[in-house]
Amino acid sequence: MIRFLLKGIIRDRSRSFFPGIIVSTGVFITVVMYCWVQGIFNDMFSVTARFQTGHVKVVTRAYHEEEKRLPNDLALLQSDSLSAALQQQYPQIIWKERIRFAGLLDVPDENGETRVQGPVFGMALNLLTRDAFDRKILDLEMTLTAGHMPDNTGEILITEQFAGRLNIQPGDTVTFMGMTMYGSMVMQNLRISGTVKFGISTMDRSTIIVDIETAREMLDMQNAAGEIVGFFRDFIYRNETAADLAGEFNRNYSHSGDEFAPTMLTLVDQGGLREIMSYTRTMMAVMIVIFMFILSVILWNTGLIGGIRRYREIGIRLAMGEPKDKLYFTMIGEAALIGLFGSAIGTVLGLLVAWYLQRYGVDLTGVMKNVNVLLANKLRAQITPVSYFVGFIPGMFAIILGTALSGLGIYKRSTASLFKEFEE
Amino acid sequence: MKNQIIILAVLSAILCKYSPGQLSAQKILEKTDANIIADNKYFKSKMIIHSRRGSRTIVSQSWVKGTEKSFTEYLAPARERGIKMLRIGDQLWMYSPRTDRTIRIAGHMLRQSIMGSDLSYEDFMEDPNLSKLYNAAIIKEENYLNRPCWVMDLTAAIEDIAYYKRKLWIDRERFLVLKEELFARSGELLKTSEIRKVFKTGGRWYPKHMVFKDAMKKGKGTEIIIEDIRFNEPVDEYRLSRAFLKR
Repeated sequence: MIRFLLKGIIRDRSRSFFPGIIVSTGVFITVVMYCWVQGIFNDMFSVTARFQTGHVKVVTRAYHEEEKRLPNDLALLQSDSLSAALQQQYPQIIWKERIRFAGLLDVPDENGETRVQGPVFGMALNLLTRDAFDRKILDLEMTLTAGHMPDNTGEILITEQFAGRLNIQPGDTVTFMGMTMYGSMVMQNLRISGTVKFGISTMDRSTIIVDIETAREMLDMQNAAGEIVGFFRDFIYRNETAADLAGEFNRNYSHSGDEFAPTMLTLVDQGGLREIMSYTRTMMAVMIVIFMFILSVILWNTGLIGGIRRYREIGIRLAMGEPKDKLYFTMIGEAALIGLFGSAIGTVLGLLVAWYLQRYGVDLTGVMKNVNVLLANKLRAQITPVSYFVGFIPGMFAIILGTALSGLGIYKRSTASLFKEFEE
Repeated sequence: MKNQIIILAVLSAILCKYSPGQLSAQKILEKTDANIIADNKYFKSKMIIHSRRGSRTIVSQSWVKGTEKSFTEYLAPARERGIKMLRIGDQLWMYSPRTDRTIRIAGHMLRQSIMGSDLSYEDFMEDPNLSKLYNAAIIKEENYLNRPCWVMDLTAAIEDIAYYKRKLWIDRERFLVLKEELFARSGELLKTSEIRKVFKTGGRWYPKHMVFKDAMKKGKGTEIIIEDIRFNEPVDEYRLSRAFLKR
């Protein structure tokens, strides 16, 4: 039967050509869009995890409530023992202490008075050990554009863009002004050892990277840390595992009323990522449904045109005694075969474009200038196992629905008047 | 009869002039400003900052000249000792002996808290001459801390101002603000201040113990206790210059 249908489709190209092109185009767009959204998601998750949230993060409850203002006054105390306990309890995760802080970076003139200054965001992590995990996870060696990595306490990295704005370079001394954990004023001279470029607008704007011991000394945070971030060893985020870990950890403290008790958060619990993820998934599903609907309407119309063109053929087949149901389902079978081939062609073309976008990406530095989410300036698509079949859903469904609707005309043909039609 | 009319007229004029109830809102504000502002002023104060993790006490001494210049030196605790702050007009500098640097505080930094307190640099910079900055209206009279007060609404008369609206409780006899609520243009409450204790010095009533509270922050607020205050003592001009910061 399939062979018979195939012969019909191949020999009468007008039956398959136009519907095939429509299906291929729709599937192509679906596959490219899907891979593009997946790529942006993956990038957002990866960058956010590396720079801000980890795959899981432990902070105090009070810190979590006011996280936006980077409240180091509400930081974790005895962070080394908590860190060690986490490492022992959850060895599948790599735990690292971090401090994020904000303030003012002031550049002196020759008299030691303010020449230029700007608000600064600081990130403190382990920098001084050559093979430190944090150096690797932020890819610091690769992002270094001038100077060298900090070798001593008091040395910092500054983003190239920020350094350019302040007109400073490696070797210069700047003063950080901010607040200690206990609210005292901090004015601390820091030496720039190198400049970095992350390729992430939000980070490149005004960031300094400081060794955690320098930050502890500067912010009066001995044996304290704002956050302890955790990463799965293979750096693949698994939401269910992370949620289980967080649930188990938080149950241990569920009876404590202490606002400084530690709490564990997963990646999607932070920065509104869960909402963004849910919204984008819903939008993606809505987009596919709308696509299916539009394709169905076009293919319904194509089916009706095809029905007119094949009006005589269908009439002869009915006159020769072919049951209406069989004829109807034969046409749907034909449509399914066209849908299958069209979807396959659309998927292959879509994957080729997605592969190009995955490999080379699209540089949106200009657009990202004022964007405040952690997203790389160069956006890339990502091909996942789902990319190979996602296009078949609208492709197959639309053509079958379109043909099923247009094919209903078969049942309206009156067998009694068929011969009269032929005589005319 | 003619004499009686003259006496009545004179009495009415005197009553009108000296009855506080007859003062306009703007006049009350001017008198309140005059009570606080002095040509020269020296004071030593203690600031107790109650944060969510505990309390800290910061001791400082300040020299103030009119409404334009002031100099503050922090005396305790050890981490803050030696930090100096100079205000000239709308400019503010800070000196830290630890870095031997003088830094100008400007832009968004002005909105940051001073030493983790409920006060910002902007509060510190504020012109105390409220009558020049705000249009006032008396909304009611009521007792506050057993003192008869005017409750007044102030609306900014200029554009560039930290607090668009203020609600004041002004002591009707002492012309002293006993309570204050500060609002943003949107009507959101930003800060409150309350006076717990007052004292009379140099012929004027002055706050002895105040509590400031940033409505955006959790915590019990910041207490300021005036330990010593002297009005109209000469202030060395050199002390109110940038050169003095590094001394």
